[in-house]
Amino acid sequence: MRKKHKLSGIYLAVLLLVMYLPIVMVVIFSFNESKLTASFTGFSLKWYETLWHDRDIKEALFNSILLGVISCAISAVIGTLGAVGMARADYKTKGMMEYLSTVPIMIPEIILGMVFLAFFSLLNLPFGMTTLVIAHTTFCIPYIFMMVKARLVGIDRSLEEAARDLGASQIRTFFDITLPLIMPAVLSGSLLAFAMSFDDVVISIFVNGPRLNTLPVKVYTQLKTGVTPEINALCTIILAAIVLVLGISSLVQKRQERRRGELSER
Amino acid sequence: MEKKKRSGLFLTVAPLYIFTLVFVAGPLLYMIALSFATNSDGWGTLWKFTLENYKKIADPVYLKSFSQSFQLAFTSTICITLLGYPFGYFMAKQSAKWKKRIMLLIMVPFWTSSLIRMYGWIILLQAKGVFNTLLVKLGIIEEPLKILYSYPAVVIGMIYALLPFMVLSVYSSVEKMDWSLVEAARDLGASRAKAFLTITLKLTLPGLLTGVILSFVPSMGLFFIADILGGNKIVLVGSVIQDQLTRGSNWPFAAALAVVLMVLTSIMIYLYRKITHVKDLEGFF
Repeated sequence: MRKKHKLSGIYLAVLLLVMYLPIVMVVIFSFNESKLTASFTGFSLKWYETLWHDRDIKEALFNSILLGVISCAISAVIGTLGAVGMARADYKTKGMMEYLSTVPIMIPEIILGMVFLAFFSLLNLPFGMTTLVIAHTTFCIPYIFMMVKARLVGIDRSLEEAARDLGASQIRTFFDITLPLIMPAVLSGSLLAFAMSFDDVVISIFVNGPRLNTLPVKVYTQLKTGVTPEINALCTIILAAIVLVLGISSLVQKRQERRRGELSER
Repeated sequence: MEKKKRSGLFLTVAPLYIFTLVFVAGPLLYMIALSFATNSDGWGTLWKFTLENYKKIADPVYLKSFSQSFQLAFTSTICITLLGYPFGYFMAKQSAKWKKRIMLLIMVPFWTSSLIRMYGWIILLQAKGVFNTLLVKLGIIEEPLKILYSYPAVVIGMIYALLPFMVLSVYSSVEKMDWSLVEAARDLGASRAKAFLTITLKLTLPGLLTGVILSFVPSMGLFFIADILGGNKIVLVGSVIQDQLTRGSNWPFAAALAVVLMVLTSIMIYLYRKITHVKDLEGFF
């Protein structure tokens, strides 16, 4: 039994190691002096300096963050309300709508990209941030919708009924009871959606228009034409930022747990 | 009162309904319509009904891209399942502290650009890259392996991009599993292997199914991975569609390709559900 436990641990460790290998490479070569990635010729910070002066990349990064935040915010509202409403109601169209709203993540991205390209040109919408937000919102909604839906199944309905019996309005019940209960799902759904939006190449490439670049689109064109190591530097910075945010959030969580532990023993 | 409650309820689902109808159903229907339209010689589309676009798909060049896409998606999904299922399973059996840590470790790469991670593989796998240099220095091989810009490189890229989906969905279904059932089976004399096959595997099938769908379907459309890691050797449907939209500027044909791709993936999902009887299992519990 003990031995088996160890073996599974080794399996997990090896696979995780392989997962991190390419990332480690990117980080290492962001400090490389030479432009080539064949061998490490010497330590240098010059790619970070180039990155700092590269207005295009900074703009693309800004666009990507803006796009992710706006699309996530819109989809969080639409997806959460939709999931709550669907769980309570029994419309004839419910099943179909549920299926239809999750279609964007059930079909290959390329189809969504082409469909939006054709549809937006039909509507004569100018390609740019608006089209990007619409396209990203469509595939962000399903992540939030499904997470919230799954969470709603496990929620004790009697809490809401109690609130209603005690005279709370429907809106008050939603904000005071339902929303706090499903908040973890809304947050994790939004985080997942943001990650998907921040990383999307296939759909963005079709609807971004000639003048607007998101970060993944910019990186993609660079990968096709020839990479400069400043992209490595950028990735390293993003990675450092993520680790920092995760570190802080886990510290905060630990402190909260400790406080909660003092109040009541779980 | 009852009516008022219903209309209030409808207000909550209305945004989802409207958004989905306008920006999901609308564009998809438009694509289907477009696939029956005629491509004009210049820029643009003639709205004259034709089946020409679908007939054109039967051309061996395009059929080949379909079969290559499916083959790649199959290979990748099988590899992902074989690697990801044990990972999700073992992960769920770790202590709570380690579960959290492993989850974090899986999520961090998820947040970095998948393109850059692919670039990391290029650095690793290229002819004079780290991997080859290491193997040569260790004396395992004499000549550097040509992994980059080959089929295996694309499969590696696909696995790498999609493995987390499998791991997370298997993990969550193993987490939810009622272990007393396995214990009961073991108490009743079932071997470890038999208990796993008859109880664990069946109970975690919905998670496995979700993982399979979440890795099979995207892998049909992730043309950029084949582009970056495969050179120009593997032409997937995705690349053909993109090519027709941009350079070929034949939108109706691109639409027809997309319709066929969508139908094929829908059939795959439907068949998988039928074969695994997931509906029954869900109904059972």
